Amino acid sequence: MIKIVNLNKHFGDKHVLKNINLEIKEGEVIGLIGPSGSGKSTLIRCINYLEEPTSGSIYINGKDISKAGSDINQIRQQIGMVFQHFHLFPHKTVLENITLAPVLTGKFTKEGAEKKAIELLKTMDLLDKKDAYPASLSGGQKQRIAIARALAMEPKVMLFDEATSALDPEMVGEVLGVMKSLAKSGMTMVVVTHEMAFAKQVADRVIFMADGEIVEENRAKDLFENPQNPRTREFLSKVLEY
Amino acid sequence: MKLIQLFLDYKYYFLTGVKVTLLLSFLGLIFGTTLGSLFSLMKLSKNRALRAIATAYIEVVRGTPMITQIAMVYFGSYVLLGADIDGFLAALIAVSLNSAAYVAEIIRSGIQSIDKGQTEASRSLGLTSGQTMRYVILPQAVKNILPTLGNEFVTLIKETSVASTIGVADLMYASKIVQGSSFQPFNPLIIVAVIYFLFTFSLSQLVGLLERKLNQND
Repeated sequence: MIKIVNLNKHFGDKHVLKNINLEIKEGEVIGLIGPSGSGKSTLIRCINYLEEPTSGSIYINGKDISKAGSDINQIRQQIGMVFQHFHLFPHKTVLENITLAPVLTGKFTKEGAEKKAIELLKTMDLLDKKDAYPASLSGGQKQRIAIARALAMEPKVMLFDEATSALDPEMVGEVLGVMKSLAKSGMTMVVVTHEMAFAKQVADRVIFMADGEIVEENRAKDLFENPQNPRTREFLSKVLEY
Repeated sequence: MKLIQLFLDYKYYFLTGVKVTLLLSFLGLIFGTTLGSLFSLMKLSKNRALRAIATAYIEVVRGTPMITQIAMVYFGSYVLLGADIDGFLAALIAVSLNSAAYVAEIIRSGIQSIDKGQTEASRSLGLTSGQTMRYVILPQAVKNILPTLGNEFVTLIKETSVASTIGVADLMYASKIVQGSSFQPFNPLIIVAVIYFLFTFSLSQLVGLLERKLNQND
């Protein structure tokens, strides 16, 4: 479904992604872990072209999105993204946040988009907030709305960029819960996370990155219980200590 | 009492001045804002040449006095283009060009004050850059832009007084005429100052009202 070939990314002199090769199958849940600055976020931001790779190719369903002439807006409609800081549209109500893109891109009529939004809000248990503005919501509620907003486009893949890092501890659970049920429903997901327990429990495969490279990748259970590379071991011993 | 008498005696000059000043301000505001929006888009564009042109223009206009600019338009149009243009037109061109530079900076900074995450969220949903600007960025930026733009219009009304230096019969010019024919050096200035103040004060009150209204649903 997603294939990344020899991907490199430079920020000025800094080489932040070094020759990344990665294949993600349909329905797979990938956990991306690693220390800060290891390039995890940059990597998933390259997948929907929020960052332009310096070199290499990214194929989505066999189509090279890095090629000139490929319609990036069309491709992004199939890739949902959830950000650390939610980025809800503050001037729009919850319902408008969710329906804006489906209506503007012509994916749904206004009625269709609202129907879909209400369904999504029901599953998030947030239907009573549909006419509220984002400013009046808690962090956990905002993030669930942001997930609903991305899902309203009926994407084939969902990217999560540290979706729980900006949340108060007591709100992390509600967001992880939504992500977990999404994974169960068969959604293809790439999850950059610091929640090791979540990665271990939900991800099919976990990728450990450091210094812009994929150091190790394995089935979640194997990577956590039996890490091969010393860098992975060092990292895991630090984060799993507490 | 003396002031009111003076005003009534020279009503014709003062009222003509009011008319010219208001017309110059109003048209200058419209052309200045239109042109300024264009320059702000150029400055935000990805095209390096467009950005350079806009930056150079804005810096030069903001770095030279209005009184010089207006004289350059008035005399330059004759010397360089051989066009003998009317003083009012020269003033209007100069005021619009001047205001455009300030408006461009106001709009640019208003747009840039919106968190980059808003653009990223919108683009990640598959909206085009145009849709993102129109439905996500501008509605938020307007809140930052309008109050500052209002202040720029206040400045613009005052700045039009420079038109009197090339003989445009605006409010400031009226004060000079009345000074000459009434042999009163000071009182005409008071009248003119009061009229300018009434315009600018009511405009800034209006801007304040708008600002409070915009902040209501925050």
